[in-house]
Amino acid sequence: MSIQVSSSNNEVMQRSPLNRDGYLLRLLEQTGSPETDLELLRSLRSQSKLLIQEQAFPTTRDEEWRFTDLSSLLQVNFEARTSQSSVSSEQIAPFTLPEAAESRLVFVNGVYQPHLSLVKGLPKDLYVGSLSELLAGKQEEAIALQSRLSHYLGKQPGAAELFTALNTANLTDAAIIWAPKNLVVETPIHLLFLSTAAASPAFSQPRCLVVAEPNSAVTLVEEYVGLDEGVYFTNSVTEVWVESNAQVNHSRIQRESKAAFHIGKTAVSQARDSRYTCTAISLGGKVSRHNPEIFQTGEQTETYLNGLTIALQDQLSDTHSAIVYSKPYGSSRQLHKCIVGDKAHGVFNGKVFVPQAAQLTDAGQLNRNLLLSPKARVDTKPQLEIVADNVKCTHGATVGQLDADEVFYLQSRGIDAASARSLLVYAFAFEVVEQVAIASLQDTLTHFLKTQIP
Amino acid sequence: MIIENSEVILSVRDLTAEVDGNQILKGLNLEVKAGEIHAIMGPNGSGKSTFSKVLAGHPSYDVTGGEILFQGENLLELEPEDRARSGVFLAFQYPLEIPGVSNLDFLRVAYNSRRKHQGLEELDAFDFDELVRERLEVVKMNPSFLGRSVNEGFSGGEKKRNEILQMAMLEPKLAILDETDSGLDIDALKIVANGVNQLAKPDNATILITHYQRLLNYIEPDFVHVMEGGRIVTTGTKELAHELESRGYDWVLEAEAAEVAGR
Repeated sequence: MSIQVSSSNNEVMQRSPLNRDGYLLRLLEQTGSPETDLELLRSLRSQSKLLIQEQAFPTTRDEEWRFTDLSSLLQVNFEARTSQSSVSSEQIAPFTLPEAAESRLVFVNGVYQPHLSLVKGLPKDLYVGSLSELLAGKQEEAIALQSRLSHYLGKQPGAAELFTALNTANLTDAAIIWAPKNLVVETPIHLLFLSTAAASPAFSQPRCLVVAEPNSAVTLVEEYVGLDEGVYFTNSVTEVWVESNAQVNHSRIQRESKAAFHIGKTAVSQARDSRYTCTAISLGGKVSRHNPEIFQTGEQTETYLNGLTIALQDQLSDTHSAIVYSKPYGSSRQLHKCIVGDKAHGVFNGKVFVPQAAQLTDAGQLNRNLLLSPKARVDTKPQLEIVADNVKCTHGATVGQLDADEVFYLQSRGIDAASARSLLVYAFAFEVVEQVAIASLQDTLTHFLKTQIP
Repeated sequence: MIIENSEVILSVRDLTAEVDGNQILKGLNLEVKAGEIHAIMGPNGSGKSTFSKVLAGHPSYDVTGGEILFQGENLLELEPEDRARSGVFLAFQYPLEIPGVSNLDFLRVAYNSRRKHQGLEELDAFDFDELVRERLEVVKMNPSFLGRSVNEGFSGGEKKRNEILQMAMLEPKLAILDETDSGLDIDALKIVANGVNQLAKPDNATILITHYQRLLNYIEPDFVHVMEGGRIVTTGTKELAHELESRGYDWVLEAEAAEVAGR
């Protein structure tokens, strides 16, 4: 067991001068995004390509990747697939949500699947669909739409970060959710990204754009699923714009194959009086990383970040979060829990930036880690940078094992030791699971917790 | 109540036990028969709570000598869960909170594990619900507690009442209450004591481990034992408890020392 807790802020920017054997460029060429007439996509792609050429593939010498070694990714040659897959509605049935039976978009290996998607259960004013569909209309309309999209797509801070730029450089299609002013959408929207095993490992780069205009409310589930235990690489970017007084409730479920690589960015900008809740659950992937980045751009915004990581066998699961304040009266509540067993490795790094202008900020962060085996490892690093002087900022990190007294209590009620441990692991995770806004997903996660953890 | 020739439920002989290499129990002897209520009192650190945990099978406590027979069988051979299923119940001083597990589900799992052990059919959710609502009366608990997570957000008194509710469901042969009375206000104490009295039957037995004589105003013990230095040094009736309350423990310990010296 190894524990590393520190709150220093030494951004060591050491980059190798070479592009690690040109891996990135090869990856870019492999993805070979199709030609496009759309000026919006063309300019985003070309800007991002330039950004990538200035960067090197990260190593553990980079502070941001200190505990997450991507060298196993470099061993694999990935290939993008652009053709329609043969995934049937029967195959996706286990992953659909009854609550979102008529409000889902399905992508397979990064490609939109109109025959598996259904949005008729949603209000007409709400746009839910793929970018390609949206822009396939009449030319004048497409041009007008491009102009509206150009204010949002690829415009979140942090777009220059390598994997975000890699996604944008290949930008071909995206899942779009656009809620107009004052529209409160009760039905949850399910974005389902499936990956399948193939002869050659696939590389897919899902992209989502969520715009909640002033006073609107949206609930969405963004889910990554491996249909079989194949090797593939998902590099996803989701941009969420929560305009003034709007609300977005976002559940993000990552259950990729145990052999897969997954790197995901959730970039969120919140205008004044808005409320954003993200509950991110990471179960799959051989090596996975989630970067939630929240930018509070207006006064009195509320952010709730919940996270649950379960890492078993030889999985490495990393969460690097950032909450960036800029205006007064903002608040955030962050709870991140890791359950790490076998020889797995969990990583949590939680940044909170409170500049001088963000007076009366109320920020709370708690990271709790449960180690299930002597060889399990967790690295946790709260990283608070506070300049403003009239704020309330708290953080805490704990690392522990199952308590013998707790197991004994359950045994003393006739529950065998193995079931007692399983119940306690479930109880540890429950605080995060209950934040998932969809009942059927809670059930799925509960089942996973009760059956998949040794 | 003391019943002539009733079944011996618990027989403890020369019990020694240690935790982390420190010997806590140093030759404890106790016999408990069906129908009886025993109170074990004693100063802090005398080994009362250790004794209760050893009876229930806490893995941190190593029994180094002596024996414990439960209804004639070697209790020390059984895992904690098997002791519970056979009818040993320990009410905890600090009951555990279990978020996400409803009280009702928890009670049903515990209840059915005991039923299964007894060779009885498990109760389905419907029948169990009926039974549990009836037993709620024992500790005057509101049915809304059934839907809440086990002990989560419960007050101290509610947690202790919940322990007695579990006891009412499991109907143990031997109930051990480890300082169940500590930290309770007088109303909660009355409810808990009343519950214990209702559950004490001619065919079961109760051991009350307590620091305070106050509990014994509401539950009348047949025997009062004083523990000191890991042994029972004196046994008497409930009058002994009154005497302890007014005179403290020192005189008992001195009398014991004098008796040993005089031998």
